[in-house]
Amino acid sequence: MGNDSTMAGMRGIGAGAGQGGAAWTCAFAAWLVAALSVLGALFLGEVMGYAPCVLCWYQRIFMFPLVFVLAAGLFPLDPRLVRYALPLAAAGWLVALFHTLLVAGIVPERASPCSQGVPCSQVQLELFGFLTIPLMSLAAFSVINILLIATYLKTRQ
Amino acid sequence: MKQKTIFIAAIILLGVAFIGATQFYRSHKAQQAEQSAARNRESLVRFHSPTMGSADAPVHIVEFLDPACETCAAFYPLVKKLMAENPDKIRLTVRYAPFHRGSDEVVKALEAARKQGKYWQALEALLAGQASWTLNHTARVELVWPLLVREGLDVARIRNDMGSAEIARAIEQDLADGLALNVTKTPEYFVNGRPLPQFGFDELKALVREELAKAAAGN
Repeated sequence: MGNDSTMAGMRGIGAGAGQGGAAWTCAFAAWLVAALSVLGALFLGEVMGYAPCVLCWYQRIFMFPLVFVLAAGLFPLDPRLVRYALPLAAAGWLVALFHTLLVAGIVPERASPCSQGVPCSQVQLELFGFLTIPLMSLAAFSVINILLIATYLKTRQ
Repeated sequence: MKQKTIFIAAIILLGVAFIGATQFYRSHKAQQAEQSAARNRESLVRFHSPTMGSADAPVHIVEFLDPACETCAAFYPLVKKLMAENPDKIRLTVRYAPFHRGSDEVVKALEAARKQGKYWQALEALLAGQASWTLNHTARVELVWPLLVREGLDVARIRNDMGSAEIARAIEQDLADGLALNVTKTPEYFVNGRPLPQFGFDELKALVREELAKAAAGN
């Protein structure tokens, strides 16, 4: 679209309409995964009544703003959204990784910051026999990180 | 433009899916609760449970409460008002679900107060003055005594009676029945054996109204 390429030109992306489209699609997909994760977390917490443990809270803290940061960078596509979103996604990924290892028993519970309320090592939900909540979170953060890196690569081309 | 359409469509789709899943989950749970309550009807009321109101009242509310639970304290006067608005039509039975730390001791004190014939005064005084004896969601039984003294109860006798095996058994029974009836939060109400479809005073009122209408039609 003529309008889109003017925008891209103005912002100095130097990308054609096709490449801008690919970058947008990656950023949009990242937003979609983040939005799905937030709604999933809200469903587990507010509807099903699972109390989030401390580590769950930290993952929520990194996941929830992604929905807004990414949405704000989509219209028109702002390539700098990667710069703002990636630190959140990377930090969330680290917490999710730690939580997954904790649930798997690889990291000892003593090393975890949980003392009161719901212990983080407690498995509250297991889908298909292996899919725990922290594992879903790790998967979501991994996909978001990959998509953000893809967005960065597409906008640089 | 096309991108905006996709984005807005995604938001609408996610919203609809979330609301749909929520509705489905809630109705599924409500149905499950109703079935489990019907299956465990005999767990609803025991001989030992304190009961107030006319014995042949058409509507019987069974309330699982925790004396240290704030929502229980807030709902109690509302239930009393509901009973006053429908004189001789509603009977209330109290069952215990002492989920707060230290709350079981307070329940024991209440049951001991019952031996002095002042159960309801004691319960009302404790619920009204709840803030003075609960700290950080922990019940402190030693802070309960001044409230009970004010109601004219013999605290020395209460402390002596609290340890009785009979009271311990009654609480154990209430906890077991609560488990059977899937009581995980307080207060939980059963109106003529039917659980609330969703927690709330309006829901309780609606259920009571339904049961009153049923009773009126039956007469």
